[in-house]
Amino acid sequence: MLKNITLGQYYPVDSLVHRLDPRIKIILLIALIVAIFLAGNLLAFVPVMLFIGFASMLSSVPFKLLLKGLRPLRFILIFTFVLNLFFLQGEEILLDLGFMSIKKEALISAVRFSLRLVLLVMGSSLLTLTTPPIVLTDGLERLLSPLRVIHFPAHEMAMMMSIALRFIPTLLEEADKIMKAQTARGADFESGNLIQRARAMVPLLVPLFVSAFRRAGDLAMAMEARCYHGGEGRTRLRVLKCKAADFYSLFALAALIAAVVLCGKVY
Amino acid sequence: MAQAIIELKNVSYAYEDEGTEAVKNVSLSIPQGAFHAILGQNGSGKSTLAKLINGLYLPTKGSVQVCGMDTAEDENTWEIRRRAGMVFQNPDNQLVATVVEEDVAFGLENIGVPTGEMPARIEQALSDVGMLDFAKRAPHTLSGGQKQRVAIAGVLAMAPEAIIFDESTAMLDPKGRKEVFSAVQRLNEEKGITVLWITHFMEEAALCQQVHVMHEGEIVLSGTPQEVFADVERIQSYRLDAPPMARLAHALRSQGMPIREGIMTIREMQEEVKRLCK
Repeated sequence: MLKNITLGQYYPVDSLVHRLDPRIKIILLIALIVAIFLAGNLLAFVPVMLFIGFASMLSSVPFKLLLKGLRPLRFILIFTFVLNLFFLQGEEILLDLGFMSIKKEALISAVRFSLRLVLLVMGSSLLTLTTPPIVLTDGLERLLSPLRVIHFPAHEMAMMMSIALRFIPTLLEEADKIMKAQTARGADFESGNLIQRARAMVPLLVPLFVSAFRRAGDLAMAMEARCYHGGEGRTRLRVLKCKAADFYSLFALAALIAAVVLCGKVY
Repeated sequence: MAQAIIELKNVSYAYEDEGTEAVKNVSLSIPQGAFHAILGQNGSGKSTLAKLINGLYLPTKGSVQVCGMDTAEDENTWEIRRRAGMVFQNPDNQLVATVVEEDVAFGLENIGVPTGEMPARIEQALSDVGMLDFAKRAPHTLSGGQKQRVAIAGVLAMAPEAIIFDESTAMLDPKGRKEVFSAVQRLNEEKGITVLWITHFMEEAALCQQVHVMHEGEIVLSGTPQEVFADVERIQSYRLDAPPMARLAHALRSQGMPIREGIMTIREMQEEVKRLCK
């Protein structure tokens, strides 16, 4: 039951967006978020939408998958929309319900806030759909490595993330095994209310934690035996290199920011 | 005799939280290119001994030298660990990366091998253990024996002179055990890599050139498998068991049959019985 959990949501095809340098993709996402927050009016969202639409076209990730990322957010989206719609003050009344009225400013701002959320989620889904988690970790390490100057442990953080990625399937398998063993001894994981079910997890979690600590000790020993001594003087098998496409995408990014700012001014 | 790669002189080691010594006054010398076994029951101190050899533990008494370097000296640590690699017991707990080839690269990255040299060394190491086809796989999709062979490749890529196997087959099924052991035998024969094989399986120890039996932290018996397993009663007093054929030969001898000493395998027994029947 636990076995078929796929890690992350990487969509494995080969595309221009998949091949982009992970560092560039992270920068693109950050800039995209900035652009979304810069967008002062509805018109300014148009270039952002075009950008995401274009990127998703190039990525050959089905648009449906991108929309799927919005599902967990649907209640927040509706909530934001409705709150903004009914409770914001304005002058022009669009619809009078008697006890309440919808104002033009409120409608605009409701649309703006929901659009902002939708675009944020779609932009970040696009990154995780086109980049395997381990490559993302790599990119993050490289991007953060200048911060070593202020003693930010960029390498250690990336190492922890990649070890976590390596051990998630192993620990899931183990959890499955423990669950079966406890079920065989009469443990019941499936019935009862939420609190009862949470309590039933204790006999699963305790052995899992104990074993995770033992594994951590073993792994530390094995890493030391293989000459691991931190990030200092380490070389890498995979070296990230920016290619032409990476530079073009940065131009596209500059164009996006300019368009967003311009649209905000023109309106 | 070839030069000793691993040299232990009167080594003792006590864990800090325990009063008793886990390893007591052990002296051991492993010549270059040899294939030695350390045999012992659980708690006999054999794993501690393994960790003393590549400087994971430092002896409380005595000295450990690897390729002429003392493990007690800090500046030797990384060179010793590169030259005397180690493969552990649990196949799941020693692979670091999410892809096989990247795991093999892990050691190379640590010792600062230039990026350009890595792919060739990884490919060579993986093909030496017969795992080249699995280079792009995720470790958790492999069998135990395959994972151990990847771990061996990871050590092998660092061009070691010796490899210490700390019960590397203990958690494998018989098929995986055979697969790993024969890969190691091949490395010893073809690449001349010195092997120290720590185990509690007699069948494996019987196939090594020399066997050192450990009991309660001491080496109590050393010699060729024939010599060591000849004295079945003594072996059993260390809570070990001689291989089945050695035990059978011993039982037959004590019944007065003139069976020769040093029989280990079914084939040897077969031939001996044939010879006697003539």
